[in-house]
Order: sequence, then C-alpha cells, then structure tokens
Amino acid sequence: MAIAFTVNGKPVSVEADADTPLLWVLRDDLGMTGTKFGCGIAACGACSVHVDGNLARSCSVPVSEMVGKSVTTIEGLKSAEGTLHRVQQAWIDAQVPQCGYCQSGQIMAAVALIEKVGTPSDQQIDEAMTNICRCGTYPRIRKAILAATGAAAAAEGAA
Amino acid sequence: MADNPNPDLDLPETTAPAEKTKRKGIKRRIFLAGSALVVGGGIFGVWWTDSSVKAKGNALIGGEGKPAFGSILTIAEDDTVTVFSPHIDFGQGSHTALAQMLADELDADWSKVAIEQAPADLAFANAALAKGFLPTMAGETLAGLIPDAVIGMMARSMPLMITGGSSAIRFTGEIAMRRTGAAVRAALLAEAADRLGVPERELTTADSVVTHAKSGKSLRYGDLAAGAAQRSLASDPVLKARDQWKLIGQPVPRRDIPAKVDGSAVYGIDFTLPDMRVATIAAAPVRGGTLESVDEAPAMAVKGVEKVIKLPDAVVVIGSGYWPATKGLQALSPKFTDGGHAAVSTPAIYAAQGKLMAGGKPDNEAGEGDVEAAFGAANAKLVEAEYRVPFLHHAMMEPFAMTGHFKDGTLHLWGGMQDPLSTRAKAAKAAGIDVEKVVFHPMIMGGGFGRRFPDMVEIIDQVAVVAKQVPYPVKLVWSREEEVRHGTYRPQSSARLKASLKDGQITAMRMDYAQSGNAEGEVPFIYNLPAASRRHFAYQSNQIDGPWRSVNATQIGFYTESFMDELALAAGADPYEFRRKHLPEGSRHLKVLDEVAKRAGWGTPLPEGVGRGIAIVESFDTIAAEVVEVALKEDGSPKVLRAFAVVDCGTTINPLNAEAQIAGGLIMGLSSAMGEAVTLDKGAVVESNFADYPILKLADAPPAVDVHFIDSGAKTGGIGEPGLPPASPALANALASLTGKRIRNLPVLAQAKA
Ligand code: FES
Ligand code: FES
Repeated sequence: MAIAFTVNGKPVSVEADADTPLLWVLRDDLGMTGTKFGCGIAACGACSVHVDGNLARSCSVPVSEMVGKSVTTIEGLKSAEGTLHRVQQAWIDAQVPQCGYCQSGQIMAAVALIEKVGTPSDQQIDEAMTNICRCGTYPRIRKAILAATGAAAAAEGAA
Repeated sequence: MADNPNPDLDLPETTAPAEKTKRKGIKRRIFLAGSALVVGGGIFGVWWTDSSVKAKGNALIGGEGKPAFGSILTIAEDDTVTVFSPHIDFGQGSHTALAQMLADELDADWSKVAIEQAPADLAFANAALAKGFLPTMAGETLAGLIPDAVIGMMARSMPLMITGGSSAIRFTGEIAMRRTGAAVRAALLAEAADRLGVPERELTTADSVVTHAKSGKSLRYGDLAAGAAQRSLASDPVLKARDQWKLIGQPVPRRDIPAKVDGSAVYGIDFTLPDMRVATIAAAPVRGGTLESVDEAPAMAVKGVEKVIKLPDAVVVIGSGYWPATKGLQALSPKFTDGGHAAVSTPAIYAAQGKLMAGGKPDNEAGEGDVEAAFGAANAKLVEAEYRVPFLHHAMMEPFAMTGHFKDGTLHLWGGMQDPLSTRAKAAKAAGIDVEKVVFHPMIMGGGFGRRFPDMVEIIDQVAVVAKQVPYPVKLVWSREEEVRHGTYRPQSSARLKASLKDGQITAMRMDYAQSGNAEGEVPFIYNLPAASRRHFAYQSNQIDGPWRSVNATQIGFYTESFMDELALAAGADPYEFRRKHLPEGSRHLKVLDEVAKRAGWGTPLPEGVGRGIAIVESFDTIAAEVVEVALKEDGSPKVLRAFAVVDCGTTINPLNAEAQIAGGLIMGLSSAMGEAVTLDKGAVVESNFADYPILKLADAPPAVDVHFIDSGAKTGGIGEPGLPPASPALANALASLTGKRIRNLPVLAQAKA
C-alpha cells in the first residue's frame, strides 16, 4: 500500500507492507542509510529518529503508523544551508565517535533530550541516553551534551 | 583465538637475561592476532613475485600529476599528500595516527594531508607488520637476520594486510610510516638542492615547503614531487628525534569523525548498488550442525521474496529488501542436525575443564623456579581459588553485512574486514574461482573487536556462494540474533590458582587454566616471584573461539589480578602495597601502579557504601593499571562511580584518541564483567539479542574516566586493547572490598544481586 508522510521536510510516498518497520523503509526504500540497524528489537537505539518531534526507535515502528507524520533523521539535522546542528558540532568538538556506528542514534537521542528539557542534568542524561555504544564512548557523549547546552561552560565558570 | 596452528614454531623466548626476571621464562608462542596468520609451512614457502611490486602499488595509488612513493603515499601538484593505510580503521583511530607519523617525518602541511584505505592488493601487503610480529614469532635474534626484502615477500605471501594485535601503530606506524615519510622528505630535499643549485644541508623543510634561507628561495612539495619520485628512496633514513616531533604526540582531531556525525559515512551495511537485492540467513543453531531439509514454499509466498538458497549449514532468503527477506526467513521451518553436539552445555564445559585440570596433564607449561617445593615448604601458607569466565560475544554494533556481485567471471565484494587480502582469498576459495578474479572493496566498519578476521568470518563464504548463483548484486545482512548465536567468542575458560605465602611474600604461584588456546607468550607474567608456573589445559568445545578485544589478556588478567587481591587479603596487606612488593624496583610496572594509586587517591577514606579496587595487566607491549570505585544500586547491582587508568604504551601518537581507546576499553571490560555471557544448552547458544545479552549503558558507565599516560619512550605498545583487561579484576576487587564477597565467576550481575 502507498503510505505518505514527510521525511526531513520532504513529502514521500512509499509502497510497502503495512508492517514494514520505518527503519527499513528509510534505508532500503528511500536510500537514507544514516539511520542504522543494530538489533531490530528496540534495544540499542542505533535506529533512533524523531517522529513529530518525539524520539522513536524506527526498527520497531511500523511504517503504517507514519501516515501524515513528520520524520526527522540524522540527515535532516543540519540547517538548510548545511550548518551542523549544535549537537553535531559538539560531537566533533568532543571527538565522540570511535567506530561511529551508534552515533546517528546517540545524536538523535541527545537532540530530542535537549529539545525537551533544555539543559539536561547528569541524571536526566542518565535516564534519557539509553542507546548502546559498544566502543564505550559514553563519557564523551555526556561531555558533548553538556557542552552543547552550555552546561559544561557554566559548570566551569562556577568552579 | 584458535589453537596454535603451527606448534613447530613454538620457540623459546630470546629476550635478554635482564628481562627474564620479570617475564618468568614465558615461552614466546607464535603470536597470531586471530588465526588470520595461519602460516603452516607457508611462511618461508614464499612465492617470488617480480621485483615490480612497489611499482605496481605506486601505479595503483598514483597517477598523472600525483606521483606515488613507496606504495604508501602520493603528493599532488597542489601539495596534497594522500596517505594510503594498509590497515583498516574500525574506529580505533589508527588512520589518523598513521598519517600523523608519516606527515611528521615528511614535514608535511597537516591541513593538506588526506587519508585513504589502501586497495586490497598484494602490492600493499604489509611488510612492517611481518617485521613487527616476527620477533614474537621467531625471536629477536633470528628476526634481525632476515633482510627487509624477504620480510616484504613474506608479507605478500602470507598475505598480510590484517589489523589486529594492536599492531597498526606499533609496527606499521613505527616501521613503515615514519621511515617512508623520512625517506620521501630526503628525496624532496635532494631534488630541491639540485634545482636550486645549493647544498642540501642549507635547506630546511616545514609545512610541505623546502626553503633555502640564504637566498630566500623556496619550493613547494607539489613542485618537487615529480622529480623526487624518480629518485630512489633511502632504505634507512634518519628519523626525527623526539624533540623534533611536531605532529606525533599531538591531539589532532580524527579525520573520519565529521562523516560519522551527519549520517554520511557509508558502512558495509549501507552499501547499495542499482538493482541490488538484500538477503538474510539462518545457520544451524548448533555450531557444527547441518541443514537437513527446508520447504521453501512459505518463504516464496511472502511478498518481495525472490529466492531461497540452501547452504550446507544454513538457509538464505533473498528479497527486495531486508524486511521481506526477514519475513521470508521467519516463515520457514528449516530442519538442522545438531552435528552430534547435543550434550554440549555451559555447565558441561565447566565440568569438563575442571576434570581436565584435576587430571594434571597440561598441554603447555611455562615458568621458572620450583613451585612444588615452595608449596611444600614448612610454614608456607597456601591459598587456592578457582575462577570461571564465560564465552563473550563481540557485539560490534554493525551486524555483519557484505555485498557481492558476480559479473563476467569476476566477483566483486564490498564490506568491512580486518584483513582485505585474506578476504579475497577466502571468497575465491568458496566461489571456486581464481583469487585474481575477486575484487574486494573495503568499507568502514561499525566495530570489530576481533570478530572481523576473515578466517573466522562465515559471511565471506556465504556471500561468495550466494552471489555466484544470482544475476544481480546481493547484500547479505545478518540479524542481531544470527550475530549473537554464531559468534567466534572469547573462549569460555576456567582456572585454578594456588600460591604459597611466607612473611607476607608470595613464595610461589601456579595458574592452571583450561580453554581452547594457549595464552603463553601473549600475556606476560609481570610479578617477580621466586617460583611461578602457568599451565595450559587444552579444551575445545563445539564453538569457534576467536580473538576478542585484548584476546587472552581478559581472562588471564582477571584470574591473576583477582587472585593477587585474595593473596593480599590472606597476607593481611593492602592490595596496592602488596602488588608493589612483588614488582621489580624501578620497573615501568611499578611506576604505572604508583601513578594510578596516586591519581585515584588510594588509601584516602571513601564515602559510606563505596568500595575501591585496583588491577594491573600488561598486554600488547602496553602496561595498564586501573582503579575503580563502586557502589551498589538499590537492586543490589554494582554501579561504577569513578574510574582511573594509567597507561605506559611507550609513546602516545595521538593522546586525544589514545584516551578514547583506553576509556572505551575500560568500559567494554566493565560491561563484559558486569553482565555479558554467551551460554550453551544442547549445543546451541541460548542468548539471542541485546535483551538477554546486556551491554553496559551510559547510566551504568563511569561518568568520566581519568586516563593518564606515562611517556616512558619505551617501544610503542598498543592502545586499542590494553585498557580492557584490568577493568574486570578491578571491579571484582572493588566489590570484594565493599561487600567482603569475592566474585570468582563472571559475569557479576547475578551473583552480586544474590
Ligand atoms: S535497531 Fe532499533 S533499537 Fe536497535
Ligand atoms: S562508536 Fe562504536 S558503537 Fe558507538
């Protein structure tokens, strides 16, 4: 069946079985491979995207639920002029990625968190950042989130 | 790691006598990072290529206006220096570090240095790697006698393009990159001297420019390259002294990172071709089992499924995308045999290993001094303990994926492997075609950790066989379940340790351990004891044991360093002071241990409910000591609050990246110790995905890892692996000091809560 929704601001219409996870529509049908497959059971977060502004694990969301919705992927985070999102820039500044495979999902999760709470506390970061990184980049992920929100600078200033 | 494929090469250690005290006569086994280097009789059975190998390499990377040097770099007219790395970078940052080493010696303008993966061609077989591993394989003396040319041939014949054993920087960087950079700089200088008609010694180089200060004249590398490329390169150029380094040791940002934050990096699993189909696979649940029968009809009835292919031990479904292929596969009810392994289970393996050790007939023994005599001495206080560690899954975040296209007699492959050259060879064999008819295109990898050594990677054979049967390109993708259940695991292993104490000193220590591979030669015994012995009891289950980040140092480190704490307790000593007493005065080990204790504030009071643990392990020529502080959460599970690592890897090429490697290794070590275990029942793996194979998450990882390097200037050691081994014993030691309960079996989670 044809399913129409928006990806990174552009309308798309795909022919896919209703139960096809959004992840595979993005990757195989739309050729957008920035969103990664890690587990397929909503356990790792590598496939994280935003659906109408909310964080979602796209491997476990059927595309049929996307009708009329707006999806943002890692490819859609940059501004129209191609400027990196401040979270992406913070990721480069803190040299977060190692193999990098989990990082699209980590960044999408971090952006969702920051959009929701503004300047997250350490505890909010603990609770929200549940994506797996096998390379163990967690300390730098935390550092980058704090830097992106100015929390790191504030903490330094206070110290 | 698989068993030593070539016991004949098990040569005695040849280190200098002074070294002996701390290494306790450990035999140097031919150390192969994985079985990629299964040399058999082939190591000296070299096939002689014509002398134009370098020329071929240069032709492959160079081109019009872009002369190539040493098949390692090109210099373009606009001064762009492109470094071709024979190593794969699966996230450890070695590409950037290798380029730093070359560019430093070359005096290149770093902003104009580009890094590329060397093509998978024999011309790029890594002679430096052969040279680096050789002393471990054949002993320093013998290795020194073999001329470079022969080593180059050996590399090509092995063929050697592997990444592993933390070898990139240690061998390729030190041996190939720095020397090539220096030799090319010398050629550029000679060219400039001729052109300017001035003596070479009046010339200086910096930022890709040769300058003649007297006349104020200068020439860019881009101008000089074509002429310099006609000159022969010095085989033993003068390298910079440490105080002349400009890039080595600098925290330069990694070049691969920007593409990893905007989704543009293309990993093996992302590769796409027009007309490509996607396949997925289910192999026999029991390793060693075969496919008996399968009715293809239910899969074929799924929309989008195009073909079902039977392999001897697996069934493959090809569809228009991963989802249809997966649905097709799930619709099937294949029947597999158990290969006669139905009795294999985790408890059965531990029982068999225990029995083997009790039998007292080791397959390998190493050590020094009379252990038995010390155990039997009057007033000797004996301490004994048994430890067990399970199989571990690599859990690289990118599941295996490889694309194959068989067209006009040539098989093209796209994917990420630790050794491009043997990937070709393996695919050729599986497809039954000549190796020259296989073209491998290396892709970025979403982690490796030892899982991507071609010899153990079934997907190469699978995709080769499947691609040959279909007219279109096909990408084979493993599900996470397939990945978890068909791993080449860190071996399940058991150990019995025994030691005697007298006046607070260890008089003798013995470690018996049972597992598939012999760890001797890989994990040095660092303590200075009157008598020490390590005995290996070979036990092979139906599983394939592979190298898992830091290889045998994980379990050997856990055994030794947990036991050291138990001995300290028995001696009534502080674990840090107790270790100090048994490390040689003035040794690098002692410095590393002291430094970590200092940074972690060892001995200072801890808050209520917090325990502290220490451990030190040497692996891959790097010494790492770690301290962790741990508390218990409400549910009784441990949480690491703070972590400290002090590392002596000789020299750090890129401290920013080295820090990430050590911290990442420490966290992976904590993760494995905390909750990871692959268990077997009726010969099959029980776990299936991250739901039952838990990986440590951010909330449970230390918020920061304090990493400190001691720049000893010693031989460059690895950094990808050595951060891992001390983590699990440090955690167990911290828990024991907090709760009084010693954890001897990993993972800790179930026991900590109980
Ligand atoms: S792939 Fe979706 S959560 Fe792992
Ligand atoms: S960077 Fe490799 S899994 Fe996160």
